[in-house]
Amino acid sequence: MKKIRLIIGREIKSKLRNKTFLIMTVLAPLLITGFLAFIIQLSQSDNTNQLVMVIDDSKLFKDKLKGNDYISLSYSNLKLEDAVEQFTDKGYSCLLWISPNIIQGGAGATKLYFRKTPGFAFQTFIKDQMEKIIYENKLKSNNIDPNIISNSKQVVKLILEKVNDKGKPEEQSSFETFGFLTGALMFTFILMYGMMVFRSVMEEKTNRIVEVIISSVKPFQLMLGKILGVAILGLIQFVIMGIITFSLTTVLSTIFLKDISGQLKAFKQQQELVKLQGSNANFSQLEKFDDKLEVFELLEKINKINFFEVFICFILYFLGGYLFYSSIMAAIGSAVDSESDSQQFITPVTLPLMIGYLISMKTILDPDSSLVFWASVIPFTSPIVMMSRITNGVPLWELIFSLASLFASFFVTTWLAAKIYRTGILMYGKKTTWKEIAKWLFYK
Amino acid sequence: MADILQINKVSKNYSRYVALNDVSINVPEKSIFGLLGPNGAGKTSLIRIINQITGPDIGEVLYKGEKLGTKHIEQIGYLPEERGLYKKMSVVDQVLYLAQLKGLSKAEARKRMLYWFEKFEMQDWWKKKIEELSKGMQQKVQFIVTIIHNPELIILDEPFSGFDPINTQLIKDEILDLKKNGATVIFSTHNMGSVEELCDSIALINKSQKILDGTVKNIRNTFRSNTFKVSFKGSIIGFTNALWTGAEILIKQTEEDIHTLTIKLLNNYTSNQLLESVLSNHQIISLNEIIPSMNDIFILKVNQGNESKVLQNNETK
Repeated sequence: MKKIRLIIGREIKSKLRNKTFLIMTVLAPLLITGFLAFIIQLSQSDNTNQLVMVIDDSKLFKDKLKGNDYISLSYSNLKLEDAVEQFTDKGYSCLLWISPNIIQGGAGATKLYFRKTPGFAFQTFIKDQMEKIIYENKLKSNNIDPNIISNSKQVVKLILEKVNDKGKPEEQSSFETFGFLTGALMFTFILMYGMMVFRSVMEEKTNRIVEVIISSVKPFQLMLGKILGVAILGLIQFVIMGIITFSLTTVLSTIFLKDISGQLKAFKQQQELVKLQGSNANFSQLEKFDDKLEVFELLEKINKINFFEVFICFILYFLGGYLFYSSIMAAIGSAVDSESDSQQFITPVTLPLMIGYLISMKTILDPDSSLVFWASVIPFTSPIVMMSRITNGVPLWELIFSLASLFASFFVTTWLAAKIYRTGILMYGKKTTWKEIAKWLFYK
Repeated sequence: MADILQINKVSKNYSRYVALNDVSINVPEKSIFGLLGPNGAGKTSLIRIINQITGPDIGEVLYKGEKLGTKHIEQIGYLPEERGLYKKMSVVDQVLYLAQLKGLSKAEARKRMLYWFEKFEMQDWWKKKIEELSKGMQQKVQFIVTIIHNPELIILDEPFSGFDPINTQLIKDEILDLKKNGATVIFSTHNMGSVEELCDSIALINKSQKILDGTVKNIRNTFRSNTFKVSFKGSIIGFTNALWTGAEILIKQTEEDIHTLTIKLLNNYTSNQLLESVLSNHQIISLNEIIPSMNDIFILKVNQGNESKVLQNNETK
């Protein structure tokens, strides 16, 4: 036991001293949160002030095409040629020119002149409004009241309500995208740490240090120490990454999502009011939030996730899945002499992981299918698929069954891997084949 | 002297390949024992069995009369032929780690490490990583790692490969010192010169079987063929006539007026009789018995083995 502790210690120390490992630990959360922040930033509206000179030769848009808080339009009667020369001198950031025959369509009917490239949001804002104005204009010219059209539109919203066998509603959060994300993370981590074990075993073999070590400890102890060492290292890395990600996202969300959560509060208050007042309610207050509904829904879903449960399951499945795969990785690592030979052995091992990853995509479409069920119980795929299901509410017995079979098969793979490992680490110069490895299982 | 190691009728197979076939060897305590044999003879397999890296299929190994077991691991030090250390680990960390794996406490390991570092004049480079050291330096570290836990039995597989003559001498002296301090050294090598110089007894393995063992002195004596080298001044015809049927001349050499003959004495003819018969007419300069070197014996025995195999094969055909 003391020797296994020594081996674990060395494994952890050697990786902690590795600069790439440390950089990765800090950099990965930074990248993740940075990416999130970037996406949030993109979805936020463009806040750059734009002062736009408009030359409307079609005379359709005057007083209909309007600005907003950041964009102000001013109509001018200048000739286009003069305006192009003068608009910057007059303090405008852009010049919008609308041709007289815009209603007939065609390319080049409108032009936006600029010195500094205007943002995408600004362009969409102008374009959408103009399209709406033309649309209404065309309806009118055909004697159709635009109000009839807009009143005929009805949004249908499906409300999902899961019930148990007594017909009582069952609390559940169904957030498939999140499940898919945790599944993908699980895939990455199992593969990453499995490869770490693989490299560490191969390094000892190619360095030839292994013969010195197994004259002091049993090969099984060495393999186990290595696997456990990397597992502990992985957990340490999780905790560090978790803390960094959590604190960064907290900071970011307070900065970026402050407006939105305030709005969500207001929306909920209005919703309550409407519920209380019934059909007499003033719906216009609610309609104000129409364009924010999707964001609200997302936030609601995130709030419903039981992060504690997800975290515990993630740790358990990571440990189980990692132990299951890393012992196989250790066995293969012992069988190869060089990195270049390793690919043919690694691919078949990572294949089930890949399949698990693909099945976890199916979880989004069809979470209760039997394929998804079995894949979340069979140890080869269960860590990934179960993690992708976890936010859909998995019955406890399924969780226990799946975890039990995962940990039980870990003992089987470790036992088999030890047999291969024992022989493999001392085999040099021979090109290893799967047949050869199968033979090692039966050596005394 | 008691035997530290008794290897009794050990056989080992790897699927269809026979690595060891019914090998029995006794290693006397506090001696230096040479384990000899051509490449692929089964030496490494035997060494791995002694180190408990693998177990024998048939037969048993006794350590001081007890069945070899886990508790003996800490009594054995092993230097494999293919040297290996962690390339990215510092010398100090490496030595401490491997010493602790052999059961030393950290403090004790550090104390002994300092002793050896001083002895081998290595203090300047202990913070260095192994990959930054020269091959000779790496070998020294490896040697220290092998003996740092004061093992009773030290197994050295080709200990001199990679050393320059100065460091080779250093290691040789160290091996003799270890023996003086009560350790037993098993050492496997192709360098027959060092066998004669260091070993008390040997075993020769060829084609997975032991073909020869005993003390170096006894073995060389049994391989004596009554061959002498005699140098003299005077008539060579008179000399050969005087020998008459007592000896067969193998090689004749003449340099200026000194003749040197290599002769094999026949029919119980002794070297004293030879001298008596030629002393009156010839001036004898030297007379030496030719005792075969371990190198000759090695080649002779291994070739014999190979020939007999060929013969057997022909017969079975």
